[in-house]
Amino acid sequence: MAAATDERNFKVIGTRPIRHDGVDKVTGRARYGADYAFPDMLHGKMLRSPYAHARIKSIKVDKALALPGVKAVVTSADFPELPDKMEAAGEAPVNLAHLSENLMARDKVLYDGHAIAAVAATSPHIAEEAVKLIEVEYEVLPPAMTVEDAMKPGAPIINPKLRNKEEGDKPTNVAAHIQFKRGAVEAGFKEADFIVEREFRTAMVHQGYLEPHNAVAIYNADGKSTIYTSTQGSFAVRALASAVAGVPETSLKVVPAEIGGGFGGKLTIYLDPIALVLSKKTGHPVKMVMSRADVLRATGPTSGSTIRCKMGCTRDGKLTAAEIWMAYEAGAYPGSPVGAGAMTIIAPYNIPNMIIDAYDVVVNRPKTAAYRAPGATNAAMASETIIDELAEKCGIDPIEFRLKNAVKEGDPQTAGPPYKRIGFIETLEAIKNSPHYKSKLEGPNRGRGVASGFWFNVGMNSSAVVNLNADATASLVIGSVDVGGTRAAQAMVAAEVLGIKAEDVRPSVADTDTIGYTDMTGGSRTAVTTGAAVFMAAEDAVRQLKERAAKRWEVKPEEVAYQDGVLSCGDKRMTIKEMAAQFARTGGPISGRASINLRSVGPSFATVCVDVEVDTDTGKVKILRATCAQDVGKALHPSYVEGQMQGGTAQGIGWALNEEYVYDDRGNLRNFGLLDYRMPTCLDLPQIETIIVEVPAPGHPIGSRGVGEVNIVPPPAAVANAIARATGVRMTELPMSPPRLLKALLKKRGSADTQVAAAGR
Amino acid sequence: MAAHGDKARALCGGTDLIIQMRAGVRRPEYVVDLKNIAALRQISFSMQHGLRLGAAVPAIEIHENADMRRYYPGLTEAAHLIGSLQIQSRASVGGNLCNGSPAADTIPALIAVAAKARVIGPQGERLVPVEEFCTAPGRTVLQPDEILIEFQIPTPAPHSSDAYQRFIPRNEMDIAVVGVGAAITLDPADDRCVAARIALGAVGPTPIFAREAAAALVGKRLDEASIDNAARAATAASSPIDDMRGTAEFRRHVVGVLTRRVVKLAAERARVAQSR
Repeated sequence: MAAATDERNFKVIGTRPIRHDGVDKVTGRARYGADYAFPDMLHGKMLRSPYAHARIKSIKVDKALALPGVKAVVTSADFPELPDKMEAAGEAPVNLAHLSENLMARDKVLYDGHAIAAVAATSPHIAEEAVKLIEVEYEVLPPAMTVEDAMKPGAPIINPKLRNKEEGDKPTNVAAHIQFKRGAVEAGFKEADFIVEREFRTAMVHQGYLEPHNAVAIYNADGKSTIYTSTQGSFAVRALASAVAGVPETSLKVVPAEIGGGFGGKLTIYLDPIALVLSKKTGHPVKMVMSRADVLRATGPTSGSTIRCKMGCTRDGKLTAAEIWMAYEAGAYPGSPVGAGAMTIIAPYNIPNMIIDAYDVVVNRPKTAAYRAPGATNAAMASETIIDELAEKCGIDPIEFRLKNAVKEGDPQTAGPPYKRIGFIETLEAIKNSPHYKSKLEGPNRGRGVASGFWFNVGMNSSAVVNLNADATASLVIGSVDVGGTRAAQAMVAAEVLGIKAEDVRPSVADTDTIGYTDMTGGSRTAVTTGAAVFMAAEDAVRQLKERAAKRWEVKPEEVAYQDGVLSCGDKRMTIKEMAAQFARTGGPISGRASINLRSVGPSFATVCVDVEVDTDTGKVKILRATCAQDVGKALHPSYVEGQMQGGTAQGIGWALNEEYVYDDRGNLRNFGLLDYRMPTCLDLPQIETIIVEVPAPGHPIGSRGVGEVNIVPPPAAVANAIARATGVRMTELPMSPPRLLKALLKKRGSADTQVAAAGR
Repeated sequence: MAAHGDKARALCGGTDLIIQMRAGVRRPEYVVDLKNIAALRQISFSMQHGLRLGAAVPAIEIHENADMRRYYPGLTEAAHLIGSLQIQSRASVGGNLCNGSPAADTIPALIAVAAKARVIGPQGERLVPVEEFCTAPGRTVLQPDEILIEFQIPTPAPHSSDAYQRFIPRNEMDIAVVGVGAAITLDPADDRCVAARIALGAVGPTPIFAREAAAALVGKRLDEASIDNAARAATAASSPIDDMRGTAEFRRHVVGVLTRRVVKLAAERARVAQSR
């Protein structure tokens, strides 16, 4: 269902052609990273730490090297020491020392699964056996597993060099403290008739991409090298892997394979420089592929968090003040998304008085990586459930309550600058008017919950080339890895501008030597920024078509019109097909190009409505119905936009119900497989309904906003709100797994006896 | 198997063994594939002799068998809960038992219907009641040179039936946090319970035959009071631990909940079961 507000008359954009990469994918011909193989290729395996926190006293590799078939072993000694400071490398500043140490531990191991050494051998089995022959002597140290553990006085210090601005030269686990302030908070709470304050905990969760990380590296004798890898950003891999491996950046070519999911977790690197150094050392191509256990122990996750949130409102539902304290687990190295959490937590609302204190805290867990609207989902769990509770206290419908406080164009963002045209109110109204929200929910232990979310989206850099063929089809070359159907969407943009069919544009995702610099597929930027680059590259091709027509007709180029594949000037007409066929006689091949830096993009809002039924005997929650309304600016390919909305909602429901990292007392991850790291399966979810809201983004040639991320933000809070309305129990900890919810239900029932006597009938 | 003793491990569907070998939990030097031995692949049922269920029969064939569905609906649903349809095409009930997991779905269901395991080895044959088969997590009474051939299960008495339910956090593709199997025989004249067997999974080091829970029902009408007593006795018989799949406190509670549900379901089935 599309609530279109756009009046432009697009012919291709907004339709639903079959994706260009579809046949290769359904027939198994598409090549993913692990499909690459080369003659004389070796297989690399990693030795990983069995301890959460330990000093490495010695590493002996002789026995491993002596195993027949083993060609090389590398440790941190094989990698350059890099500067311990933030430096530009690729798309965002990175602390290269931290990056390098995360990929190969130097003095200490900082989490269960931390890489220590890698072996290259003639078969994966020999490499695995060799890994077991590496002898490491550890001095085991006590771990700090949570923000509370890590922030308390006397906590084990994870990185002895870490300092923050407030604590001077004192070693600390607090990497940063960020603060946002507005108005007078105390006075704001005095104006409030109702105040709700709660403390929330959200679990560390993994992106859960289907395809494990992989890399095949080939180092050539001439010093040039190539990496085939599953990544969201080939230029980021080029910058980061070359730095860690100690080779010149542009000596490395990165070929992005088809990708089996990333969700932000494939923006950074793990295996690429390790495989490269092994290849350099052996002279053979080296392939490394992670197991699922490796993926869960040592890659991704996003932060668990503790958030204290206090908000107040007047009797008629106007928010007056908010006071928020939030601390996120960064993992072993600084860099949690707590800043984004702080900037999103109350972003949908006008709150005149607020203070937000946000802390980035290192703990003995894997270094966190980006995950779909990083930081915002944790934050919304706190703020959106408090909002729901305030609405309940006021006796106001939760959507009406949000409408009373919703931000619109001109209102200030958390960091200060005003919003441009945004569509938050439109998403609320879309849910309010939806068949779902208008339907009656009846039956015992059932409840309906609503929550909203905000995400910034980013612009950054993209390149595109449109080559017109003699038969008036076109090839489109882009550098953006296609995670969610963006190749099809971009082919549609080119087709729209060229006035040809989407099927007549053949899109290719190119390697780092073949296309101009293009930032990662992340921040919901690909359809938007690469889409704008494609739009401009196609316009560049159209400009060339017009120039040729003008020359032939002896008129000025600006007198030539181009519409639906037809060049015209007065009564003169020529189709793109006629012109393309004559390219050699009219000035050579027609190739349009654009390389752009998009600074300002439209942010996204989403509102999600969820119906649940709670089994009050077991605490198990069934999702009966879920609807996501999202402002997407302008949907290029509505099916893939809906797919993003459904995917984000599904992942958010996973956060809500069962997904969590479970560590034991010693800091060892217990659930490093998909049996016990429980993502929802298709049997755990209803068909997720979607409402595309289109409030065009200012400054974009098509009006598109990023669509990939904001949809994950509201679901956990929406499920919590639905549970509250079904049972009267307010859950403050994610996931709301059966043991946790049952405990809360039994507590509410006022029974100390948690055994059968208290059980439900 | 006799030649290689401890170094060999029998394989039927391999849905546990192969995973354990990959994880390095079991490292047999020899794997002996039993699944193509005809005697291990038969299901036969007669009113006189009851059920003989071959140890290597894949779970999916149990679900497809009309006698199984009619006379042993609880055991059938337990077999049908294992993994996905693909897994069920390989996984066998015999393998489920020999793997010795306390969380195995079919074991409480087998105990409920009084199944005996027929074991054969160089020393001859023996029949082991399933409730005596598992000795510790991953350990059973099988000697290294013995294999499980089949299950022998008595014909259900008139007006009796069975049921199995498990609790999992998701709806499929999961492992029991608690499993409860029950078989109930009723007296059609006054609806009193004349016989019952209840067994629990995933709440102790081995599947638990909860005799006291069944005893709380025998001779009674199955009303809230008697079923509550059975649930309480089942909870008392359980000895769960805290782990990543659930707390001990949660599991004790859910043993009661599922015992109640399973007894009611088995009794409903027994009431409509034809006089046999």
